[in-house]
Amino acid sequence: MNWFTQVFAIAAFNLRSLPQRKGAALSAAVGIAGVAAVLVGVLAIAQGFRHAMTKSGSPDTAIVLRSGADSEMTSNLSRDDARLISDAPGVARGSSGPLSSAELFVIIDLPKRSTGTSANVPLRGVGAAAFDVRGDITMVQGRRFELGKNEVIVGAGAARAFSGLDAGQSIKIGVNTWNIVGTFTAGGGLAESEIWTDAAVLQPAYHRPEGYQSVYAKLTSADTYDSFKDALTTNPQLKVKVSRLSDHYAEQSTLTSGFITTIGVFIASMMALGALFGALNTMYSAVSTRTNEIATLRALGFGSGPVVISVLTESLALALVGGLLGAGLAYLAFDGYQAATMNFQTFSQVTFAFSVTAPLVLTAVIGASILGIIGGLLPAIRAARLPIASALRESA
Amino acid sequence: MSNAALVQVQNVTKTFHRGSEDVPVLSGLDLMVNQGEFLALMGPSGSGKSTLLNLIGGLDRPTQGSVSIGGDRIDQLSDRELAAWRARHVGFVFQFYNLMPVLNAQRNVELPLLLTSLNKSERRQHAETALNVVGLSHRLKHYPRTLSGGEQQRVGIARAIVTDPTILLCDEPTGDLDRKSGDDILTLLQTLNKEQGKTIIMVTHDPHASARASRIVHLDKGQLSAQPA
Repeated sequence: MNWFTQVFAIAAFNLRSLPQRKGAALSAAVGIAGVAAVLVGVLAIAQGFRHAMTKSGSPDTAIVLRSGADSEMTSNLSRDDARLISDAPGVARGSSGPLSSAELFVIIDLPKRSTGTSANVPLRGVGAAAFDVRGDITMVQGRRFELGKNEVIVGAGAARAFSGLDAGQSIKIGVNTWNIVGTFTAGGGLAESEIWTDAAVLQPAYHRPEGYQSVYAKLTSADTYDSFKDALTTNPQLKVKVSRLSDHYAEQSTLTSGFITTIGVFIASMMALGALFGALNTMYSAVSTRTNEIATLRALGFGSGPVVISVLTESLALALVGGLLGAGLAYLAFDGYQAATMNFQTFSQVTFAFSVTAPLVLTAVIGASILGIIGGLLPAIRAARLPIASALRESA
Repeated sequence: MSNAALVQVQNVTKTFHRGSEDVPVLSGLDLMVNQGEFLALMGPSGSGKSTLLNLIGGLDRPTQGSVSIGGDRIDQLSDRELAAWRARHVGFVFQFYNLMPVLNAQRNVELPLLLTSLNKSERRQHAETALNVVGLSHRLKHYPRTLSGGEQQRVGIARAIVTDPTILLCDEPTGDLDRKSGDDILTLLQTLNKEQGKTIIMVTHDPHASARASRIVHLDKGQLSAQPA
């Protein structure tokens, strides 16, 4: 007696009889699709945010902050510190000197295009070498700012998310007016959320003539990072914290992406609970309406094991359809959607694109399958435990 | 044909539990059915005739006593063994046919053969033969909803005989049919009994149906009273 033949045969009846129960089956699949869509949608936010944050950092670039600082916001380095860092071993050199950029990071208020409410936008003063240090900065409109002038260039994400940041416009901050001379991209990375200008111009405007907050340094190779770090951390003249830029951005994104993920999983869990009852209800009603068929099959000699597996198969099939439908809808609706949110570690806005990736879709489909199996298990056990004689009598 | 008792029901008691109440249905019942017999089980509603049929068919277990079919003590088999035993030895014919609505006549008849080692073409061939026996070779691809009640019951009988079971158990096989269709079904059962030697136990409350049997036993309040047909 072939057990798999039995499973296959009963599962085939169940699936073929689905059209007779299309209302309940559809509602279960749609419920699960909703869960999958929300799960994928919210995780796509976290994924996109993480992507924007980590995309920026390459392993052969280092960031140096003051020892004990969690972020650039809480860091402070002097001009002498910046010079010592630039001269450290392992820093790559270009035609005009070391590829290091001592930077100043301030936050300005600008209105969001979407709501008109003001939000924190990072304004970064950079050194002349910043473009070579980052490596992925491309001007898509206008030109770079000129050193020594009140000129800024705006990241494409910031230009999209905030009003008044188009090339040719100007922004007034305090007593100073800054002309926007160009828009740049940074490979979808964090810099696209920022406004850049010459650090030497920004310093006096913010009354920090001697101060920087960070130094970004391009290393000769990713392998020289350890010797660069050792040189700085063992130098008694410096009290600094050295990180690979990729690690630094990953660390900076953990709080916000963790928060978004937690919220997303919470919402999806609540919806999953509802969808689970939907699936349970559907499968109970499927078993109930087919009590006669199940009892007949068991009277003919079909085992209870194949009955359980076949009911689970139906539930799983509905859940898979729902999971794929939800993930597909989430992909169509969310993938590439541009948004901006607060990075809680820098208290400034980060613009990013929602990113529906294959692992996210897989997560949703696996989640949906688990819902399907849980939703089908109790009804399947009920089907298998039906006393045949009374089931035949009741359903006759 | 041997006259050895194929079915031996000995001192069987069956009690159902409804809440805290025990409801005795059969009490100390004995029944012997010989191979090749066509037995009609009659009795009023609630007399226990379907319960007795279920015990003989291995769909239920006695509270006390023993049920042996062809020498097998089926009351001592596990659920899994009992399912396999039913597949090998019993053909069920139900009052309301119990066909799978999503399968055509041929696929319905093939169902019990899925539990055998026959391959697909052998299953198809056996099903066609069984449908031919019941006179439905022209309705192979018809779905139950497109068949009359009498035709559906013929498909049900074809499904019951397709594995060549030891015994056919029929629970009110004409109960849902008009007189003409019912007569045809009874004639078919008689033919299977007389020409193919099938042992048949049929539950019915219809004297017209029981008249076709070779022996009639009456059940009343869980006890048997026999009378020759």
